Amino acid sequence: MKFADEFRDADIARALGKRIADEAGGKHWKVMEVCGGHTHTIFKYGIEDLLPSNVELVHGPGCPVCVIPMGRLDDGIALAKQPDIIFTCFGDLMRVPGSDGSLLDAKAAGADVRMVYSPLDSLKIARDNPDKKVIFYAIGFETTAPSTALTLMRAKAENLRNLFVFCNHVTIIPPMKAILDSPDLQLDGFLGPGHVSTVVGIRPYEFVTNTYKKPVVVVGFEPLDILQGVHMVIQQVLQGRCEVENQYTRVVHDDGNPKALEVLGRVFQLRTQFEWRGLGFISQSALELRDEFAEWDAEKVFTVPGLRVADPKACQCGEVLKGVLKPWECKVFGTACTPETPIGTCMVSSEGACAAYYNFGRYSRARERERVMGAGSAGNGSGNGNGAAPEKELKPIEVRAG
Amino acid sequence: MCLAIPARLVAYVDDDHQYGKVELGGVTRRINTSLLVGEDTTEPGEYVLVHVGFALSRVSEQEAAETLRILEEMGPAYTDELRQIRESEAMEAELVAASAGSNGGASA
Repeated sequence: MKFADEFRDADIARALGKRIADEAGGKHWKVMEVCGGHTHTIFKYGIEDLLPSNVELVHGPGCPVCVIPMGRLDDGIALAKQPDIIFTCFGDLMRVPGSDGSLLDAKAAGADVRMVYSPLDSLKIARDNPDKKVIFYAIGFETTAPSTALTLMRAKAENLRNLFVFCNHVTIIPPMKAILDSPDLQLDGFLGPGHVSTVVGIRPYEFVTNTYKKPVVVVGFEPLDILQGVHMVIQQVLQGRCEVENQYTRVVHDDGNPKALEVLGRVFQLRTQFEWRGLGFISQSALELRDEFAEWDAEKVFTVPGLRVADPKACQCGEVLKGVLKPWECKVFGTACTPETPIGTCMVSSEGACAAYYNFGRYSRARERERVMGAGSAGNGSGNGNGAAPEKELKPIEVRAG
Repeated sequence: MCLAIPARLVAYVDDDHQYGKVELGGVTRRINTSLLVGEDTTEPGEYVLVHVGFALSRVSEQEAAETLRILEEMGPAYTDELRQIRESEAMEAELVAASAGSNGGASA
């Protein structure tokens, strides 16, 4: 695939890993990748096996499904169970456990829950089913929110009155701030979220460099993008610089996409506060529909329980989302909690650190063991760690069966 | 969720350029192109980044080439340099050994 394969060259990846190892010296580096899409790439391509063991990637909170608290999921399920409803959502959300089952369970019990690829699919379902009420469970960061906004603007223009949005869109800056304010983590820098930045640009991260004195490099989603981003963070620190840099120039403009920002402003406003799984209530961290769209707002039109539900005791998703715990350090990881029978959100979404770790992470676990056991460094250009002849292109690690 | 895929814009399907057709892994799909304005204005044949049925931005061929150029310079060029350094060290060691040999073995 053009603009993807070129950024998977195995020779360059190994050389970059070697260069990072040489420049990183003896210091232990902690770089947080904010976005779950990056976490996915890191595990899928075994990026950690290309890095020296003293360069640690800390997985951040940027997985939209993972950060939804259980109460909001229960709200969605309650909406789906109301009469004459067609409930639509992205596939990732279907298997997330609520306090009494998932949306998939609700579907099995008779609710009309449908997986959609795009909010526009919900629009079409609403047009095709005028006698039903269609509720779209909107999730996602600034990457996805403009799609919901444009869909709502379209619904309003068409005067389509049977489409409603249950809005759970969140914004990326407040959780980054919460993590920076937490004393638990001492980070050296951030890999900024590439696709959020196509919308918001790179300037919103300036508070990280100005106030918290940590470098930010906005990076793309291919293996070489991530390795180059890690190198750029280390270079900034070594050279005494602290800036917001853009590695992903092929799609991210410094000012983002002004049209997308305009439609966000027209349709949404900031909520006073929103609960995040693991991070608790964060003020002005999520979006709600403006009054002009009240007739399409599921929270205003329908009765939503709105109860706050604590996570299951055994679940440590919160600590994983904050980067404080590695997925494999969670008490239930891979035993009681697996992608087939998830307890927490991080094991459900393909962008969740636990699911990525479980599906692709066997080499990383071996490497982590080596690190903990003090058996010297793995990595340093060992490719995917499978000992086979070097490949020209980094290949995704096969998802493990069962 | 935040995954977005580069796809080739085949054509716009309306005069206002609100919708277009992209080719994605051999299939053609209709997407919303209304965000492709200003710096992201895209001509058919160019690539766009597609996320949940919407083109988020234009993929710049020029910027992609520039990033690859930097990466290539950092990658194999760096490895070559390292190899040369190692070879030159090896050569130096050989020279030292050879000259030590000609001195009849100075060290114990």
